[in-house]
Amino acid sequence: MMMTFKRILSAGATSFTRSGLVSFATVLIMTVTLIIIGALVLLSAVLTNTLTSIQNKVDVNVYFATTAEESQVLAVKTRLEQRPEVDEVTYTSRDQSLLTFREKHQDDVLTLQALDQLGDNPLGASLAVKAKDPTLYAAVVQFLTDDTAASSIIDRINYAQNKVVIERLSNAIDATQRAGLAIVILFVIASIIIALATVRLAIYSARDEISVMRLVGASNMYIRGPFIVAGVIAGLISGLIALAFFFPVTWYAGYAFSTWLGGFNLFTYYVVNFPFLFMVVVGSGLVLGSIASFLGVRRYLQV
Amino acid sequence: MIYFDKVTKLYRDGTPALEDITLSIAPKEFVSIVGHSGAGKTTLLKMLLAEDAPTTGTVYFESTDVHSLPKSLLHHYRRKIGMVFQDFRLIPNKTAYENIAFAMEAAGRHDDEIASDVPHILDLVDLGSKGGHFPHQLSGGEQQRVAIGRAIVNQPDVIVADEPTGNLDPVNTYEIVEILKKVNELGTTVLITTHNKGVVDAMGKRVITMERGRITRDDAHGQYIL
Repeated sequence: MMMTFKRILSAGATSFTRSGLVSFATVLIMTVTLIIIGALVLLSAVLTNTLTSIQNKVDVNVYFATTAEESQVLAVKTRLEQRPEVDEVTYTSRDQSLLTFREKHQDDVLTLQALDQLGDNPLGASLAVKAKDPTLYAAVVQFLTDDTAASSIIDRINYAQNKVVIERLSNAIDATQRAGLAIVILFVIASIIIALATVRLAIYSARDEISVMRLVGASNMYIRGPFIVAGVIAGLISGLIALAFFFPVTWYAGYAFSTWLGGFNLFTYYVVNFPFLFMVVVGSGLVLGSIASFLGVRRYLQV
Repeated sequence: MIYFDKVTKLYRDGTPALEDITLSIAPKEFVSIVGHSGAGKTTLLKMLLAEDAPTTGTVYFESTDVHSLPKSLLHHYRRKIGMVFQDFRLIPNKTAYENIAFAMEAAGRHDDEIASDVPHILDLVDLGSKGGHFPHQLSGGEQQRVAIGRAIVNQPDVIVADEPTGNLDPVNTYEIVEILKKVNELGTTVLITTHNKGVVDAMGKRVITMERGRITRDDAHGQYIL
C-alpha cells in the first residue's frame, strides 16, 4: 500500500513536470480562478467594513429636560443598556453639552453672548443610543416611550426626523449585502466551472494514455491517483501564486485607497487575516484541483 | 484456454459485428486472425479483453466467463493478457524504461524486481541502450518493440497483438514477428490479427479467416487466403 502510494505521488509529480504546456495552462487558469475567489473575499471585507462604518454613524439621541436629575438620566441609561437591541449608550451631561456647544460656536460671538446673558445652562443632558442594527431603533424608541419614568423627563428624541434616513439606510445595507453575496456566489461558480473545464481538458488530452493504463491491467486507483496528485500540485502552485499576487496589490490598495475606504487598510487586512486567506485561496486550489481531476478521469474509466 | 461460445455482437442499428462465433484456442498456440477491414477481428479481441460485451454468447478465459467479472476485478484479469497495438499506444510522457516498468508497477511488483527485469526485457527486444528515450525519440519499429516488452514483462498467459506490423516497414515487421515467435516458443499463447500475407504465410501456424463477422476458415497450418 505504501509502495503504491509512493509510486502514485512520484508518477503524479513526474506527469505534472513533463506535461509542460498543459500543466502551465492549467496553473494559469486556476490562478485566475483563485485570484477571483481571493478578490471576492477582499471585496467582501471592504463591503462589510464600509457598511459597518456607515451603521456606526447612525444613532438616536435622547434629549432630557433641564430639570431632569443626573441620577434619573443615568438610571434610564442603565435600563437602556440592559435592552437586547442596544449596543452602546453614551451619556453627555449638561455641563459637557454646554462645553461642546461653546467649542462648536467659539467663533460665533453673538451666540456666546446670548448664552452668557441667559446665566443658566439651557442645555439638558442627553443619551446617544446605538442599536445593534439600524432596524432596531424603532424598538428602542418604543421602549423609551412606554417607560413612564423615562418619558416624563425626556424633552425630545431625534428618531422621527432620522427615521426615514435610518430606514432607507437599513434597506440599502440589506440590498447591498444580498447583491454582494449573489455576485460572490455567481463569480465563484463561474470560476470553478472554468477551472473544472480546464482540468478536464488536460485529462482529455491524456485519454489514450488512460485507456492504455487500463489495458495493461492498472487498477482504477492506480490510474486516477497520479492525475489527482498532478491536480493537487497545480492547485497548490496556483494558490501560492494567487496569494503572492495579493501582496503587492493589497499593499498598493492599502496605501492608495485607505482614506477613500473610510480608514480601512486592505494590506493590514491581508497581513492580519493571512491564515484565513491562505486557507480560502490555497484550500480552494487543492480542492478544485483534486475534485476536477477525480471527475475528469472518471469518465475514461467507465469500461 | 480461450473459448468463444456462440458469440454474437450487434451494433446499435442491429448490424452484426460478430455472428455466432465459436472458437477455441489452446495454451501455447500461435493463432493469426485474418480478414478484410470490418470483418470483426478487432471486435473479437475487444470481447476477449472485456472492453466490449457480446450481445449473446459467452467468452471464457481459463473457464471464467470474462464478462461476468466485476469491474473491480477486471484489471487483475487484464494482467493475464499482454496487449500490442498497431499504433503502439505507449504513454508519451514516459521513457521506454518507464513504459515497461509501468506495467510492472500496475501489477504491484516490487522496485527491486522492476530494477532487475526491465533492463532484461529491454535487452530482449534489442533496446538495451534506449531505455531513457521517450516514444517520440524512437522509430516505429522501436516503439513497437517497447510495446512488446511492456506486454511480456509480467509474463502473461496470452499476448494479443492487433495489427502489430500494420505501421512498420518490412525489416521492422520481420523483427517484430521474430520476437513474437520467440515469445511463443517460450510458452506464451500468441493471438494476432494482421493484413500481412507474408507474415502469415511465413509462420505456417494456425490461421482463422473472418468475413463479415463470421469465421469462414480455420486451418491448423494455414495460409493467408482472402
